[in-house]
Amino acid sequence: MNSNYHVVIIGGGSTGAAIVHDLVLRGLKVTLVERGELTSGTAGRHHGLLHSGGRYAVKDQESAKECIEENLILRKIAPGSFEENDGLFVAITDEDVAYKDTFLQGCAECGIPTRELTAKEALLLEPNLNPKTKLAIQVPDATMDCWRLPMRFFATAKQNGADIRPYTEVIGLLKQNSTVTGVHVRSHVTGKEYDIKADLVVNATGAWAEKLSEMADARVPVRPTPGVLVAVYGRWNNMVLNRLNRPSDGDIIVPQRELSVIGTSSWFAPDPDRLGLPMEHVERMYERGSQLVPGVKYARMRAAWSAARPLLGEASPTVGGRDLPRTFKCFDHKERDGIEGLVTITGGKGTTMRAMAETTSDVVCDKLGVDAVCRTREVVLLPYWAYYQ
Amino acid sequence: MSDEVIGRPDPKTPVSVKILRYKPGAIDPPRYDTFQVDADPLMTVLDALEEIRATQDSTLAYRHSCHHASCGTCAMKVNGKEVLSCVTNVLEQGTDVIVVEPLGTMPLVTDLVVDMGDFARRYEPAGLSFIRESEYLTEAQTPEGVDHHTRFESCIECGICLSACPVANTNASFIGPAGLAAYYRAMVKGDGEASDILAAVDTDCGVWGCHGAMECTEACPSQVAPGDLIMYLRREVVKSKLPWNH
Repeated sequence: MNSNYHVVIIGGGSTGAAIVHDLVLRGLKVTLVERGELTSGTAGRHHGLLHSGGRYAVKDQESAKECIEENLILRKIAPGSFEENDGLFVAITDEDVAYKDTFLQGCAECGIPTRELTAKEALLLEPNLNPKTKLAIQVPDATMDCWRLPMRFFATAKQNGADIRPYTEVIGLLKQNSTVTGVHVRSHVTGKEYDIKADLVVNATGAWAEKLSEMADARVPVRPTPGVLVAVYGRWNNMVLNRLNRPSDGDIIVPQRELSVIGTSSWFAPDPDRLGLPMEHVERMYERGSQLVPGVKYARMRAAWSAARPLLGEASPTVGGRDLPRTFKCFDHKERDGIEGLVTITGGKGTTMRAMAETTSDVVCDKLGVDAVCRTREVVLLPYWAYYQ
Repeated sequence: MSDEVIGRPDPKTPVSVKILRYKPGAIDPPRYDTFQVDADPLMTVLDALEEIRATQDSTLAYRHSCHHASCGTCAMKVNGKEVLSCVTNVLEQGTDVIVVEPLGTMPLVTDLVVDMGDFARRYEPAGLSFIRESEYLTEAQTPEGVDHHTRFESCIECGICLSACPVANTNASFIGPAGLAAYYRAMVKGDGEASDILAAVDTDCGVWGCHGAMECTEACPSQVAPGDLIMYLRREVVKSKLPWNH
């Protein structure tokens, strides 16, 4: 047991959830603080796709390989948390068809299993598809529950002794010279402020990572890059439907319960607390979504909202949100800014939450001199209700 | 890509949002705080709360996650009615003042946050598994490698039914709509022995505690119709006792 060391994690998203789970299994004492409800940042509100990695297989192969590996691991450690109906990459136009070979090659290079289907076969699987469908490729996509899956990590960690504190906002970092020694927080339950000392602080605040790191006079280049999502009434497809082409706006429809989620778009938001919600993007989701499934054109809207990807990269007017990689990175601020006691994990995708945590936990243990292996690939997570026990 | 800040749609209409605040020891007893918000046509009550927290009062505490009626965390009372705030449009309320309060029945933690542990203790014993068969597109073939289409259960465990239920509000022992509906679904799916399930609900705190108010079915945002399922469950309890069914 290495519970001599106390790690404080800032950020209760999917990354924070997986890190607290990993570190507790390695025997550390862990406190996690989150300013709001758990997963109330990006983690809760993406479209819920458990990526096969197909989307990144051509242009971002590092992400694609991470996705397919984690896809299989998550199904193993969180059984019963996914709608497992696979997915299709659908070609509607000749341009889509021309992309097929590149796509298949990319998938093969990344270890993503594929199956080619004729238009007729695709329409038998998904009758609401555009009748102009020319062909489709089956991949192991699935739907995850964005709230309940991370909650399984929190539940398991809590039952293993982690101290998880939502409604606890970090308003400053404790420092001694150039070493971070803990966090200064305000509880939004009691209104009181207090300190939590730590041997190491992990910044897992996703789209807020840059804001947080500034509290330590450190800098992490994270660019909040939101997109619009639209949920319409009706389960128009059981399989995840993707457009067979380079990633673009509105090229995916993810089924969830009795709703269908169409996503997404992309712009840069300087303030992750005020993302905006452009009406033109909402309309674009309908327009692009109906190219895959014509029926959604007149489907009643359940919700329209924005969620911010935490993209790694310097803010720049010329680098578009779709060109930044979707991989993740753990920054040790000792190397970057000469600040000890602080690491930041950011970038990444919901699907890679466990891998992000493994990388971060390795860095944490390395810095603390703790010799403990990661067990999160094997440990089956408790049901999320265990959080409330 | 430009650096222009993307906002929310126009036109904006000023609206007052009157929120019940509570912080044990600090805002105690509860009081109402009123905030002004410029509401746009797409703005939901949750969007308004986010705006208030980001620009006016960072101590405002509320639950939210998916923003599309799939997680159930943002349930609260808006103008006296239990709703999911993420799909409750501000301007469609048609009132100048939007009154926002926490759910009833469950103990209050802070502001709009209630203790979901109270929901869990009524719901979790049913042992309802999270995945069910998808009854959608049954004419479709399943892809190779997939036996049958599946989806998440309809109940998103939001607590709205529990808050709306007049019995649950006054009787902490009543299992309540969500829990009883979960028992019924568990029985239908074979999550557990039917005889165990029927024994668990055949009590005054189970199916016989329900007075048929049907506020739960009325308020449910996810087509679970818990009140209806309680009645089906009663029927199963009675059926199991009929002499010719032994």
